Amino acid sequence: MTRKWKSLIGIMLIGIMIAVVTAGCGGTKPQAKEILIGGNFEMTGGIANFGQSTANGVKLAFKEINSKGGIQGKQLKLVVADNKSEPSEAANAITKLITQDKVVAVLGPVASSNVLATVQIGKDNKTPILTATATNPKVTVGDDGKVREYVFRACFIDPFQGTVMANFAAKSLKAKTAAVYVDNSSDYSKGLAEIFEASFIKNGGKIVATEAFLQKDQDFKAALTKMKATNPDVIFIPAYYQEVGLIVKQARELGMNMPLLGTDGWDSPKLVEIAGAASLNNGFFSNHYSPEDKDPRIQKFVADYKKEYNQVPDALAALGYDAGLMIIDALKRANSTEPAKIKEALANTKNLQVVTGILTLDSKHNPVKSAAVIEMKNGKQLFKEKVNP
Amino acid sequence: MDFASFLQQLGQQLINGISLGSIYALIALGYTMIYGIIRLINFAHGDIYMLGAYFGYFATAILKMSFIPSLIIAMVLAAITGMVIERAAYRPLRSAPRIAVLITAIGVSLFLEYGSMLLVTPQPRTFPAVFPAEIYNVGGLVLNSQQIVILAVSLILMLVLNYVVHYTKSGKAMRAVSYDTDAAKLMGIDVDKVISFTFAVGSALAAAAGVLVGIYYNSIDPLMGIMPGLKAFVAAVLGGIGIIPGAMLGGVLMGVIEALVSGFFSSTFRDAAAFGILILILLFRPSGLLGKNVREKV
Repeated sequence: MTRKWKSLIGIMLIGIMIAVVTAGCGGTKPQAKEILIGGNFEMTGGIANFGQSTANGVKLAFKEINSKGGIQGKQLKLVVADNKSEPSEAANAITKLITQDKVVAVLGPVASSNVLATVQIGKDNKTPILTATATNPKVTVGDDGKVREYVFRACFIDPFQGTVMANFAAKSLKAKTAAVYVDNSSDYSKGLAEIFEASFIKNGGKIVATEAFLQKDQDFKAALTKMKATNPDVIFIPAYYQEVGLIVKQARELGMNMPLLGTDGWDSPKLVEIAGAASLNNGFFSNHYSPEDKDPRIQKFVADYKKEYNQVPDALAALGYDAGLMIIDALKRANSTEPAKIKEALANTKNLQVVTGILTLDSKHNPVKSAAVIEMKNGKQLFKEKVNP
Repeated sequence: MDFASFLQQLGQQLINGISLGSIYALIALGYTMIYGIIRLINFAHGDIYMLGAYFGYFATAILKMSFIPSLIIAMVLAAITGMVIERAAYRPLRSAPRIAVLITAIGVSLFLEYGSMLLVTPQPRTFPAVFPAEIYNVGGLVLNSQQIVILAVSLILMLVLNYVVHYTKSGKAMRAVSYDTDAAKLMGIDVDKVISFTFAVGSALAAAAGVLVGIYYNSIDPLMGIMPGLKAFVAAVLGGIGIIPGAMLGGVLMGVIEALVSGFFSSTFRDAAAFGILILILLFRPSGLLGKNVREKV
């Protein structure tokens, strides 16, 4: 008797809970006055600070358009789902956003591997995915060489940085010879090195040495000594900050004072800690943008972002903001909230003024836009110049 | 390349190689001692080196100690860790087949790597500058004062070790256990205690290497022990595993070979050369450079 009662009460409780939960879901169902955009971001886990910065950038862009009356009278709303910095969770998050929250497009994730876990789900559900930050070329072009119809990005891709730094070396630094020191365990590094070599030679330069190391190496002096003997004007080191820090430190110790060049893998405060501020002088790397850039558009963005979040926006925040602007622009031109029409509009993004430059998507859904070259000076990142493609 | 610049490069590469090799030698000593006593290749040894670097980091960065006290603290803590690992993971398997102990060693290694990643995060950490790095330029050869300190500390520790093994009572017990464990037991030597002592000494040496590397390269992380651990293992085999002077010789040779290969051939062949040596040694001189060819009792 008592048992029966207990189970009955239990069932009733479960029923109430379901009712509450579904009511909660109902709350986020699109109302006439709202457009729901999904945000599949790394809010926790290994690269949580990247995900949070990007989400903050998007939110700022949405807030600004909403305060101007939204799009055709509708307010934009970002529904964030946490992918815990893991590909499997990224797939779960996008499924939830599309099927439960009924978003019309999904922004994110940050990391290329996480985006790749979601591309098929976006395609199956015919929902466009716009990643702000994933730089791997494979994100928008599948292994079969075909462009992924539903995937777009707001950042330049890895090979572009190689060209930027080769041009910078040849034109701004007037370098005639270069050495390349590549991380043989990283596709990112090897791809960049190839592009750098090709474009440096195209600029009339000569590659005098190519050496390689592996992730987690600590001693680079043997290869550096060899490079030193070939006396290059610059050394290009497309790698991540941990190894780069050690390489820069050891190169300077060996009395190699030529400019050292790198890419966005250098962008971390850890770089200065490992290499030391003095060693990094005469070091340059390409990045998506610099908060030091005097461009009034960038300065306005930096000021607005600081006011909202009380910190200087990093490159990810700027790219998140740009992705927000891209989706706003696409919604305006599509004049509809139908995912298929948004997809068409995104593919036709042209001459859109965003924080990190003027953005046009090419046929592979990759932006053609400028990169910033950052100079390291006494441990601070200074804006050196903007390089257009 | 003319002859003068060749000589200069050769000199510089020898300096690079010897400073790298003295670190391999310090780690290889622990490998070799433990192998000499219980015929176990302790794959967790590279991770003790990593733990030593972290102990040194916490002593210098958080407790604000200077170089010598933090080196001693790291060595003591690592010695305790080594003894605990031996007690918990290896002693219960004393009579188990050798392969079981070897697999356990790999398990301990993974446990230490990913356990510390959980505790201290995978982010690399940087050592505070405990002593300045002065750079000397002698006739075009660049020498760093830290390289000299590394070499000096390594040499001192090796001499101390040599003294302990050959001129103290515990050293005598160690040699006895290494020679014949059962006979040593019959003579009243507490074999467990001797093995525990060996682990303590080996781990302390690895920790010293960890602290030196942390200061010299200024970057430590939880997976830093894997590669040096493997290279030191090759060094120990090269010199003759189980033979203490062999580990020193093997370590320095490994460092020099690596530097010369990357300096005069290609840096891409560096690791291939290191492990190629392992294969060649195992093929042609399995007991190592300083080893005597003794037939194993079966």
